[in-house]
Amino acid sequence: MTDRGERHKAGTGAAPNHTGKLRRFFNVFGPFLGLALVVVLFHCLEPDTFLSFYNLKTVATQTVIVALGAMGMTLIIISGGIDLSVGSVIALSTVAAALGLDAGWNPLYCFALGVFAGGACGMINGLIVTRLRIVPFIATLGMFSVVRGVAMYLADEQKVDAPHSWIDRLMDINPEPSWLILPPGVWLMIFAALLVAGMLRYTAFGRYVFGIGSNEATARLCGIKVERVKLWIYTLAGIFTGLAGTMQYSRLTVGDPTVAMGAELDIIAAVVIGGGSLSGGAGSVLGSMIGAFIMAFLKNGCDLVGVPNYVQKIIIGVIVVAAVAVDQLRHRK
Amino acid sequence: MAEMTPLLEMQGISKSFGSTHALTDVAFDVREGEVHALVGENGAGKSTLMKVLSGALKPDRGAIRLRGRAYQPTSPIEGRRAGVAMIYQELNLAPQLTVEANVMLGIEEKRFGLLERKSMAARVGHLFERLNHPEIDPHTLVSDLGVGARQLVEVARALVTDAAVVVMDEPTSSLSAQDTEKLFEVIASLKERGVSVIYISHFLEEVRRVADRFTVLRDGHTVGTGDVAHTPAEEIIRLMVGRRLDQMFPRVDHERGEPILEVEGLSGDPVPRRVGFTLHKGEILGVAGLVGAGRTETVRALFGLDRLEAGSVTVAGRADRGRTPWERIRQGFGLLSEDRKDEGLAQNLSLADNIALPHLSPYTRRGLLSPRRMKSGCSTWMDNLEIKARGADQQVLNLSGGNQQKVALARLLHQDAAILLLDEPTRGIDVGSKVTIYRHIGALAKAQKAIIYVSSYLPELLGICDRIGVMHRGELVEIRDAAEWTEQSLMACCVGENQ
Repeated sequence: MTDRGERHKAGTGAAPNHTGKLRRFFNVFGPFLGLALVVVLFHCLEPDTFLSFYNLKTVATQTVIVALGAMGMTLIIISGGIDLSVGSVIALSTVAAALGLDAGWNPLYCFALGVFAGGACGMINGLIVTRLRIVPFIATLGMFSVVRGVAMYLADEQKVDAPHSWIDRLMDINPEPSWLILPPGVWLMIFAALLVAGMLRYTAFGRYVFGIGSNEATARLCGIKVERVKLWIYTLAGIFTGLAGTMQYSRLTVGDPTVAMGAELDIIAAVVIGGGSLSGGAGSVLGSMIGAFIMAFLKNGCDLVGVPNYVQKIIIGVIVVAAVAVDQLRHRK
Repeated sequence: MAEMTPLLEMQGISKSFGSTHALTDVAFDVREGEVHALVGENGAGKSTLMKVLSGALKPDRGAIRLRGRAYQPTSPIEGRRAGVAMIYQELNLAPQLTVEANVMLGIEEKRFGLLERKSMAARVGHLFERLNHPEIDPHTLVSDLGVGARQLVEVARALVTDAAVVVMDEPTSSLSAQDTEKLFEVIASLKERGVSVIYISHFLEEVRRVADRFTVLRDGHTVGTGDVAHTPAEEIIRLMVGRRLDQMFPRVDHERGEPILEVEGLSGDPVPRRVGFTLHKGEILGVAGLVGAGRTETVRALFGLDRLEAGSVTVAGRADRGRTPWERIRQGFGLLSEDRKDEGLAQNLSLADNIALPHLSPYTRRGLLSPRRMKSGCSTWMDNLEIKARGADQQVLNLSGGNQQKVALARLLHQDAAILLLDEPTRGIDVGSKVTIYRHIGALAKAQKAIIYVSSYLPELLGICDRIGVMHRGELVEIRDAAEWTEQSLMACCVGENQ
């Protein structure tokens, strides 16, 4: 029989080594630490208001749009892609929902229309990437402009007013009925996060997303229908963006073709802060949610303390770069 | 009885790429539960044959039968489903997924759309137990595993689909001695379970240890097959080499001058290992060896592309360590990369740009580049080296392999390098271009340039070099005058059967 000690010394490298464990720990807790740091910092600066229930509700509500967008973006980034069209798609969704309401449709249909608009844009992204074989950066850069243009055309280049409906109240900080405690939009965000996390972890589709991002050639070799999975990824992501768009509508209560300019960058930042890697194969729903919350807490805290807007922008930029730099340090052996 | 009908039978397999015949009427068969070694020189057609077997390539002619039935895979997936699993030289794993996810990729167990994670992990764990490696935890990330363990993950992936034939292409080329031992144990346990293994290797000592039978390919033909136990190593080597020296090496008389480059104890991580030699002006020093022997790493380390772990390099009497490519070029070094597509040439730049890149000063006036001068300078080289192109501003991308390689050589000539490190300069190019390159290398030696010539093609080493050194597993094991080598003895030395 093989001598145990010998085998240990030889080491196929199978036993998880300590650095590996430590790395895993940081992978999960790195973003958490960042979040804790931000919260503690602002709690010290604004001990009375920052951690009040009302303010926490406000922050959660402010996170909804970025977080919903980040759910789709997480899927895309894990698979090794990127989506730059998100902001434009959000704007199109608000316009679509508003036009429906204005035409006197049932609000439920209008809600669905907003989501559908997102899904359709996502599917087009996916088709460009898989059928025309254009890299996601370029494909979605094109859609970034096309979709914004379509939204402006549909809205006649102005805000679209629409009659009031229950959609307007989805993002109310004090929800009705009051036993909901949190606004329906926040519940939607939580539900979406659980759904995507479960999908990534417990379905074959989730594995294929990671597999394609980690090594596309291998995925193909193992018989995975890479193109079809990618089409689904972009379509699903579009649906989440559509959801984010209807939440945006709820917040504005008008359709606005110029809203959410640059939202795609906030959303990508959230995913990246949460450990997503633009080279694919890495990322998590929990991380992206934390990334979204870090940014929301920062904005909210800075507003409370009275830090001007431009400083917030600088801080967020530094955090994005720092998060990735720390990530690379972790991966260097 | 079982011996009569082989598990796998390939007959009359032919495959051409353009005008090159990669495989001609190849016959190959594998019995159930045997380890069959497929040997041959670099470029003999082993990989092509295995690509045909796996379904990655469609043969022009020929038939394959698996378990007595016709087998015509059109993709690796089909091959895998039919029971043929490949374990490639470059590992094909998704590093960010767990061991279990990698093994089960594409064949996940599901119930109501949800993954049966526990049952899959148990299945994979069980698989590793049967491979006598229960220490590999299915939940570990592949990126946390060593090379040896990763290879076992690939073996497990082959077994989970109940492969009847497992193809291992140079499986030990990146393994340590201990991991190699472990792989041999695994191969033995595969045999016990009736799985056949096709084992591709350059290392005859490995073939002798693990294989039951062998088949030799040479220039795309089957030249011999037999029992390993009853065939002496010399016989296998003779089959592998087998050809005469062609009369295609124009010799330009040149004289050996004083030493210009002295290398001592050159070591990198993991190769080369303690490489030492002296190179003279007006000398062509050939370097033979198998893929992975450390030849490319040696020239890269000399040129400052790879980090030196130890050793000293003395250039024209001055010793130093670890210079950068920039400084090496100033010292007169020039490197021709073996990988002209990704490293050697900037594919979407023009000929003129590529040739002038390391040495722009002749085309510069008052700090400004003159495209006109650059083009005319480049045209001279084009005439000189018989480069066939539309003009100096054509993109390198569209040139044939031979012409591209001439562009790469023209760059070194333009740079007026005194020490030329040529890594596989004639790989994959047509015969006419080869002869042009040989002639220019001879002329360079006559002009008192010092040349290191790395090649896997033994006849050309014997044909144009003054001395030839052989590398084996990172070490430069022997240097002799070219006249003291034969193809046979070179090959024997390359595969580690040094007399």
